[in-house]
Amino acid sequence: MDEICKEIRRLTVECIGSIGSGHIGGSMSIAELMKVLYFEKMNIDPENPKMEGRDRLIVSKGHAGPVVYATLALKGFFPKDWLYTLNKFGTNLPSHCDMNKTPGIDMTAGSLGQGFSCAVGIAIGSKIKKDGATIYTIIGDGESQEGQIWEAAMLAASKKVDNLIGFTDYNGMQLDGNVEDINSLGNLKSKWKAFGWYTQEIDGHDCEAISKAIDRAKAKKGQPSMIILKTVKGKGISFVEAAGFKCHSMTMNKENVEAALAELQ
Amino acid sequence: MMMRDAFGSTIAELMRKDERICVLDADLANCNGTTNLRKEFSERAFDVGIAEQNMASVAAGLSSYGFIPFISSFTPFATRRICDQIAISIAYAKQNVKIVGSDPGISAQLNGGTHMSMEDIGVLRSIPTMVIFEPVDNEQMIQALPQIVDYNGPVYIRMFRKDCPDIFGKDYKFDLFKADKIKEGKDVTIFASGIMVKTSLDAAEKLKEEGIDAEVINVHTIKPIDGEAVIESLKKTKCAVVAENHNILGGLFSAVSEVAVQNCPAPIIPVGVKDVFGEVGKLDALAEKFEMTEKDVINAVKKAVAAK
Repeated sequence: MDEICKEIRRLTVECIGSIGSGHIGGSMSIAELMKVLYFEKMNIDPENPKMEGRDRLIVSKGHAGPVVYATLALKGFFPKDWLYTLNKFGTNLPSHCDMNKTPGIDMTAGSLGQGFSCAVGIAIGSKIKKDGATIYTIIGDGESQEGQIWEAAMLAASKKVDNLIGFTDYNGMQLDGNVEDINSLGNLKSKWKAFGWYTQEIDGHDCEAISKAIDRAKAKKGQPSMIILKTVKGKGISFVEAAGFKCHSMTMNKENVEAALAELQ
Repeated sequence: MMMRDAFGSTIAELMRKDERICVLDADLANCNGTTNLRKEFSERAFDVGIAEQNMASVAAGLSSYGFIPFISSFTPFATRRICDQIAISIAYAKQNVKIVGSDPGISAQLNGGTHMSMEDIGVLRSIPTMVIFEPVDNEQMIQALPQIVDYNGPVYIRMFRKDCPDIFGKDYKFDLFKADKIKEGKDVTIFASGIMVKTSLDAAEKLKEEGIDAEVINVHTIKPIDGEAVIESLKKTKCAVVAENHNILGGLFSAVSEVAVQNCPAPIIPVGVKDVFGEVGKLDALAEKFEMTEKDVINAVKKAVAAK
């Protein structure tokens, strides 16, 4: 496993461990994407988190806060000590991403489906300003059951918002069970294609594949892009992966944290 | 001039001066007077189609990018249908989005119960930071819009989109956060908003003949309510009527009562929709049915005065 991805995972585990439980599964599944975006692709400045014309990331699956915070801390947006304040009273790092609390968070999210529409609005805004920014957004597979996702999908394609690159964290699990059993997404790739998006499906734990897919998406003009990431919920920690959909939010006591960190060395 | 045209032409003027202003519609631009904006501002005025939830969150995204978006639809679809998007994408995220809802309450007339929002003020009033404004005539709308643009935060504009009687003249000076005393009086205060202002003024004239001197205050901004104006008037008149084109639960009657009960308790009688759904009908017939006529205001005033 890539060293930075390991470090992002370790910091995420420590972050969640500091409060004893949290959204570990859907955090682990997007660690590679976090690495590629923040350490390779995004035009950002940790010293100036509100830099004009920067690339933006809207984490519409807002419960993945911990992995985003771990990445932002590693990148230098704020001190790593902050990670141990997750969900503690008065923290700058709430369970779901909040743009008014955390440096580097570009949009508040948590009520599923909404962040994705916000990302479309931001991408339209960037087009009006002609500032050349790329707008990235991450949605969950469970989140894709929200009707608002498809309202936004239609508008982005209709308005040819080609500075928008979306990712679906397709780990196949949601809080209540497997996505397939709860409310199947059917042929997700076909759906995005049918909605007019340039759609790719790749291994979401392969950094090089993610990087290349983003390059192809950026080169594609006249269409928004969706990159479906085939991922594993809880990826990288055997007992979290083994918990299946129950790792959506799970206990991370001292014992679990130690076991997880040992695996991530 | 219809109020929607006053809205459309004032917004156009503001858009010429301020590149941050955008106008988004959900397939009701032709009803809300915003269609023409697309010719002049092809990038900043557009339709998102019939998808109000998406419109609200797209607007929040635009706001986070430095724009001042106005989103517009009929009142029920601009409020109760997108309540969570307003609460989270807009208000909780501290985004500077203005929401325009047209055809409030019984003014939806022939569109009937599905389009007749009796609860929009109540729904939005319970969301922190929301400002709720209901213009009474074109002059007020025209003067309000620049102040609404200058105010940094979410504002709901409850627009009666058709022809409405003029209440204010050119010498009127509008303040978004100050209620307007239109008629001075000493026996009772009628707090009124929207279409009920004209009805209340007419009632006040009739009451004069019966020896009752009514004060009429237009509470155009229901949240935050001008508490000082409410208290000052109630301390003088010691009783009130609240006349509104909305459910009496959660709207202006509630807002006035909340101020009164904490500061200067007094008998306050509501005139408005008594917690029932709307139905098709012309404005006059609906006002009759829901007891929102001049006669109803007069009866309420007599009740309030008798209860002093």
